[in-house]
This record gives sequence, structure tokens and C-alpha cells, in this order.
Amino acid sequence: MANKKVSKDQMVEMYKEMYLIRKYEERIYYLFLEGTMPGSIHQSHGQEASAVGMLYGLRDSDYMASTHRPAGHDLAKGVSLKSMMCEMFGKANGCCKGKGGAMHTGDIKVGAIPANAIVGGNIPIAAGIGLALKMQKKDDVVVCFFGDGASNEGSFHEGINGAAIWDLPVIFVCENNLYGASTPYRTVSKVQNIADRASSYGIEGYSVDGNDVLAVHEIATYAVNKARNGLGPTLIELKTYRIPGHSRSDACAYRNKDEEKQWFAKDPITSFRKTLMDLGVKEEDIISLENKIDEEIEEAVEFAIASPDPLPEDALNDVY
Amino acid sequence: MSETTIVEALNQAIAEEMRRDESVYCLGEDISSLDGGYGGAWAVTKGLGEEFGAERIINTPISEILISGVAVGSAMVGMRPIADLQYGDFIFCMMDQLVNQAAKMKYMSGGTVEIPMVLRAPVGASTRGAQHAQSLEAFFTHVPGLKVICPSNAYDAKGLLKQAIRDNSPVICFEHKKLYGGKRKEEGALSPSSVIPDEDYVIEFGKAAVRREGEDITIVANLLMLHRAMEAAEILSKEGISCEVIDPRTLLPFDFETVFESIKKTSRLMIVHEDNYTNGWGSELSAKVAEEAIYYLDAPIKRVASYDVPIPFSPVMENYVIPNVDRIVEGARNLMQS
Ligand SMILES: Cc1ncc(C[n+]2csc(CCOP(=O)(O)OP(=O)(O)O)c2C)c(N)n1
Ligand SMILES: [Mg+2]
Repeated sequence: MANKKVSKDQMVEMYKEMYLIRKYEERIYYLFLEGTMPGSIHQSHGQEASAVGMLYGLRDSDYMASTHRPAGHDLAKGVSLKSMMCEMFGKANGCCKGKGGAMHTGDIKVGAIPANAIVGGNIPIAAGIGLALKMQKKDDVVVCFFGDGASNEGSFHEGINGAAIWDLPVIFVCENNLYGASTPYRTVSKVQNIADRASSYGIEGYSVDGNDVLAVHEIATYAVNKARNGLGPTLIELKTYRIPGHSRSDACAYRNKDEEKQWFAKDPITSFRKTLMDLGVKEEDIISLENKIDEEIEEAVEFAIASPDPLPEDALNDVY
Repeated sequence: MSETTIVEALNQAIAEEMRRDESVYCLGEDISSLDGGYGGAWAVTKGLGEEFGAERIINTPISEILISGVAVGSAMVGMRPIADLQYGDFIFCMMDQLVNQAAKMKYMSGGTVEIPMVLRAPVGASTRGAQHAQSLEAFFTHVPGLKVICPSNAYDAKGLLKQAIRDNSPVICFEHKKLYGGKRKEEGALSPSSVIPDEDYVIEFGKAAVRREGEDITIVANLLMLHRAMEAAEILSKEGISCEVIDPRTLLPFDFETVFESIKKTSRLMIVHEDNYTNGWGSELSAKVAEEAIYYLDAPIKRVASYDVPIPFSPVMENYVIPNVDRIVEGARNLMQS
């Protein structure tokens, strides 16, 4: 789908961000397999078009609220690669000084509030940020990501209703990747399109192909402009699919192989790469920017490994 | 009789109770292993969907108010639900249903309505960060109307969970992520398996277990800390310090008598829990000893607990915050000096 408002150069920039997320997640996956990284992971590869399409072009002063699967959102919002990688290793110079970990990455300086590991927990918080922006008479906005599973939490209902009645500048983005952990969305809701739920709050809802970054960006641009102009929240449902399991130890026994095949064939990165080439971007140029990103990621890994651990007693700081 | 892990023991307890009593059923997120499902985040309910079907092993939406509320409502009218949480921290999303509804219902109704439900909740730190790590016991030992249990080995897990299912009050069962045993290999995890008898048994609430007899110090510790305390006691015995180690097994009701009996002999008391220091269940035990058994003591009570912080992610900091064997040994040495 061609989008007149996005220039070819901008598309290349978007591609770079998507590629960075993909390679970052793949690298993290191997670091886990090797046993070098502590804890667990919830990865976002396959959903890069959602993160980049929604967040591309936002200001640093706009906010973004993410979930237990935050890497794509954080990178697309501008959290530094090195500080993310350090946090994954629990290092002192991680974006949360090693206190947060994989499920809480973020950097409020670039508008990425710490990711939230309580499913649905970030939805009313996003409404709160929206309320503050309105009270402060700013024209910044909040993009709040959550999954299909989160749409069944009470916090979804309460948060969206609040944003709706007060016309808050919040864009609610439901990444419908068909599953909440092992549970298929179709078994936990009678509403096929989560966007349809918007009508019960009296706001607009849109269901969009979440693997098409330009389609995502088009609806994002609409909803962001609307929010900036004081016209209230929008609920956007992005239909997408995660490539990896829900978490580190998940072999996806609940997904059927045909379904996986169909979705993997709609890989947002391969298809957007092709779009770029169709628009005349030379493959060698794409390869050279890909190589550069690969190097940046290796650098970040080396930097993180060489970075110091926090002092044990640092655990006692930052409580109040 | 066979060697059994905690996961297996819990699974057996649920399966046997479900066979015995039609009104017992399970509900929670991802608890069924039908259609490639997990059988619970910790595999406790694995295989039960196959045996009992989706009507009695109910996969729910991610809706903690629904899970807890449905447990309360169905328990009110004759069912015996066992609700499952993936990580204990999500219990805060259920707080109204547990504290305002489940706990108060019998009392408010003048004893006419009972809520025979169980909620199982894994606690403890395992490098997942602050929202997947908290020890929650003290939030609930404060609530009249609830019962709180915390099995530390497979034999107890089976006997206490069966008792919980048959109990007519709401019971919260705290299980430790690092004690489940089996294939999951978390750093510092143990597999406290037990030989479990073939015949049916339950363990009465409010009966502590003396895990090790000793003369010099009484150590009361639960869940993972019980095991850390046992290790510490072994080290201390080589230094000539003899520890008596008590596992309370249930925190509400709490078996104060067994602790009093022990300190009568040892005159020294140390309390160890992973729940954080301030107002942990050790605070209540300390107060109770101060009120009713202070004259048995020759030294101030010593509490070893997690520091009063949310649980940090970095292993370096997490290991610092959670009590370890060294801290318990150190605490015991100091206690012997005082
Ligand atoms: C309140 C709460 N309940 C349960 C969980 C455990 N949990 C973590 S992620 C997840 C699935 C979330 O599914 P969805 O919202 O669709 O997001 P996705 O993982 O697909 O990105 C569950 C059940 C949690 N973290 N918080
Ligand atoms: Mg999902």
C-alpha cells in the first residue's frame, strides 16, 4: 500500500528501525540460549511494523506505555540500544540501572515510560498521562500498547472509558497476535475484532493489518493528529503475529503449523524490504545499512558484557 | 509410595480431590494442557484437562477479577473452586474479591454463607524483576476470614492442599517458584521431593513441623527460607551451635505453641522469611513471643528477611536483597554473642 505522505527516505528510516528490532530480538534470543542472560524474555519479533508504524515521527515529548514485551516499542521510541542491552544483562548502566530487567525497560527522557509487566496495568496509567497532558495544556500524546489478552482485564475497560469521557490524548493500540500466552483470543472473547469494543466507550475503533508498516503508520498519523487537536482517544487493533514463543520456555505447542506458515509468509520485514526495492531503493544500499545495524548490535552486546554490575547495596536506593 | 516433587504432589492432590468430589474444579489462565496448552505456568495442572475436560479445568481470559469473583460466587453455592495465579504478584488485581468478598462473606452473613475456595499463588524471586517476585504472605495473614498455607516440601504440599480443598473457608496457598522441582532449572532452585504414601491423607492447619532438633537457637522459617535455614543449621552445627528449625507450614492459623515449646529449651529465637522485613509474618510472631513467652528468651529476637525494597532484577542485587545461607549463619552467630 503506497502512502503519499511518507517519503522514500522516511521509509528507509522506518525499515532501519524495524530491522534493528528484529536483529536485537534475535541476538537476545541467542544470548539466552547460551545462558549468558539472566531471567526470562518475552520477545517482539514479527510485530516490528506495529511498533515502528505507530511510533515513527513522534516527538520525544510524546509518551509511550508498553508491556511485558517492550523491546520493539522502546527501540522505536528512541531508548538507546546500549542502555537496553545493558538492562537485559542487569548492568549498572542499563536504562533502569539493572533494577527493572527485561519486562520494565524504558527511558522517560525519550517518553518511554517503564514497561509494565502487569497485563493491562499500563492502560489506566496511559489515561493518567493523557489527563496530565490535557491539564498542562500540551499538545503531546500517549501511545499505549497492550495485547489481545489485556483487552479482557478490568483495567482495559476502566482506562479506556476514562480517556473517552475526558477526551484524553491517548492512542490505545491493541496488538492482536491471536494469543495471550497459550490461550487463543477466539476462546476468551465473543468479539472477533477488538476494535469493535471502541463503540461501547463512544470512541472510534479501527482494525488494521499490523504487519503492514505503512498501513499502521497511516492510522497512527490519523489518531495522533486527532489526539493532538483535543479530539480524544482512538482504539486501534493491529492484527499481527509473534514469531517466537510467548516467553523463553514456550515451544508454541498450541499453535497450528499451517497458521504459523501463513503468518510467517506475511513477515513485516521481508515484505517492507520488497516494497522499498520496488520503489527503487537499491538492494546493496539496504544490505549496507543492515550490516551497519548488525555491527551496532554486536557493539552493544560487547559494551553490555564489559559493563559493570551494580553494587549489591545499590538495591537499597531508589525506593523513595 | 514413590518419590514425588512438589509439582507432582500438587497435581496429585488436585486430581484425587477432583475424582473424589464432583464439586471441585480448577480455573485460571493457561491452566489446561489440552490443545497444546501449558497445564499452568508451572505445569501444576498438566494432564488434568485431559482427564477432567474443559468443563472442570477451565482456561479463563486474563481477568483476575473474573477468576477470583467466579471462585467466590461458585463457592457460595456449593462448588469448590481451585483458582490459579501464574505469579503471586497478580493477586493485587484480585484484592477486592479476596479481602472484601471472600474473607468477609461468612461473617457478614452471620455464618450462613461459606466460601470454600482455594487460591494457589507462586511467590519468591527468580530474576524476573519487581512485578514477578514478591512474597505476599503478610498481606493475607492480616485478614480475618482467610487461611494462609505455605508448603515447603512435597508431602506437605499434597496434604495441605487437600485439606485446603476440603476446608470450608477461603484458603490461599503460597507456593515457592524455586521449590516446585522437576525440569525447570532456575538458579538456586531446589527440588524438595518426598516419599508420598499411596493412601489418602491431609495435614491439619496450625500444626508446625520441627524439621531439625537443637538446643541453642530456634529458627522459624517458611518456604525456600526453611531450606536455606536447614543448610545454615548444618554449617552452624560444625561450629558447635545447635539449631532447632521449625517450619510453620501454615501462617494463618499459626502454631505459636510449637515455637514457645522450642524457645523454652533454646532461649533464642531467629525468624527467617523471604517476605520483606517490616510487618512480615515474623513481626506477628515476634509480638506474640513478646506478649506471651518473653521470659523464655535470653537474647533479643533476631529477624532475617528481605530488605524493605521491591525485588530488583539484576542477579547481583536480587541475591543481596533475599536472605541467603550466609546471612542466616551470620545472624545466628551474632545471636549467640548477645
Ligand atoms: C495481571 C496479569 N495477569 C497475568 C499475567 C501473566 N501473563 C503475562 S503475559 C500474558 C499474556 C498476555 O497476552 P497479551 O495481552 O495478548 O499480550 P502478548 O503476550 O500476546 O503480547 C500473561 C497471561 C500478567 N503478567 N499480569
Ligand atoms: Mg497476545
